[in-house]
Amino acid sequence: MNYDWDWGAVGDSWPLLWDGFKTTLLATVLGTVVATVLGLLVAMAGRAPTRLVSVPVRVLTEFVRSTPLLVQLVGAYAVFHTVEPLTIGIVVLGIHYASYMSEVYRAGIDAVPKGQWEACRALSLSPRRTWQAVILPQAVRNVLPALGNYAIAMFKETPFLAVITVQEMVAGAREYGATHFTYAETFTLAGLIFLAASYPTSLLMRKLEKRLGH
Amino acid sequence: MGDFYSYFFDHLSNVWSGLAVTVEATVFGAAVALVLSFVFGFMADSRLVLVRGVARVIVEFFRGTSLYVQLFWLYYALPLLFGYELAPLFCGVVAFGMNYGAYGAEVVRGALKAVPKAQFEAAVALNLTPVQRMRRVILPQAWVQMIPPFTNLLIQLLKATPLLWLITAADLTMVVQQMRDRTGATTWAYLTLLVMYFVLAYLLTLLMNVLERRAKVRLGQRPDARGLLRTRSAESARASEMAGGSL
Repeated sequence: MNYDWDWGAVGDSWPLLWDGFKTTLLATVLGTVVATVLGLLVAMAGRAPTRLVSVPVRVLTEFVRSTPLLVQLVGAYAVFHTVEPLTIGIVVLGIHYASYMSEVYRAGIDAVPKGQWEACRALSLSPRRTWQAVILPQAVRNVLPALGNYAIAMFKETPFLAVITVQEMVAGAREYGATHFTYAETFTLAGLIFLAASYPTSLLMRKLEKRLGH
Repeated sequence: MGDFYSYFFDHLSNVWSGLAVTVEATVFGAAVALVLSFVFGFMADSRLVLVRGVARVIVEFFRGTSLYVQLFWLYYALPLLFGYELAPLFCGVVAFGMNYGAYGAEVVRGALKAVPKAQFEAAVALNLTPVQRMRRVILPQAWVQMIPPFTNLLIQLLKATPLLWLITAADLTMVVQQMRDRTGATTWAYLTLLVMYFVLAYLLTLLMNVLERRAKVRLGQRPDARGLLRTRSAESARASEMAGGSL
């Protein structure tokens, strides 16, 4: 190894990476919001009494979750080229992860004992009240750790946004590396920032899982 | 629409070569990942603290840093540091293999732990050697548990292969994007591309379902034949997603 590791480059690229990191965080947080809300709606639609709704919803979820995020991003960017890239990124990330989260919700809803549904019917609660007051509070509590894990997974996939010209952290690393020819330093720094952010979060999630008794 | 498809079918040989790159990256990446899964999975199950610790650090490192960053590090930083360049496809196989191998190690570790302790004790009581114990008693049972989460990981790996386009390998994504540039049929090009990935993913799932069925038959279980066509393992949705062990 005869490469001159340049600590200066690590320090100099830091502000640019940090700026990008804030965009990365923003995309993760907003993407998670979209995914958790949309995922729940999809899970509820998947349980719709008529197959006219539930079957197309399931086919669509299956399609979204088995096709590459990168292609979805680039495709959406090319089709909706007038929309701001960050918005497209957040929406596509949100839809992609909603397809995973809907599965989690579905498992959580299935885990609510059947007697609870029957009790709601016996009390003649409206569907809205049934979901809101009885089913969801029980279902959501159990699935929180799994949702959190998907949020972490999404965080690690935000670098894909660089492809559609969003100035997130890895885009910054590439830019800096290209102009100063310090790919080794900047990419290593970018990787370490990811590790520093995602590892403590997964430890936290594991603790939460244990506390909820999984 | 017509423009794109006439171009598409006129240049089918390009599509095939792109498809070949994507399939190669998936198959070789999965092979590397499978080997690493077992290596690190067994290490994480070891009685020696040092061995366990090494496995833990490697697994957490590859899970914690983004695949995207790893791939770019291998492609851009490695040549600077060590003076030799990896071919794009090889680079992809190494990155996919290490990243998904780290996730797979958790699958292997979990499956080994899930085999009832009594099975282990019975094997000891029958005086089986450690190798026999593993090969004839523990692994066949653990393997059935591993297949559904492995299926998930395999689909994830397939979905990561378009990254190859970014490091200039002529994979499926790159080929179809070039066709889009020629014809200008953006929507049809991307829809076709997505459908192709969807079909690939389903084929892989079918293959894994067959594998799962065979593993179950070996254990004397008689799984329902309809299960072969399902898009993913029901068990995996329950086990890995509820426990949060996925991805």
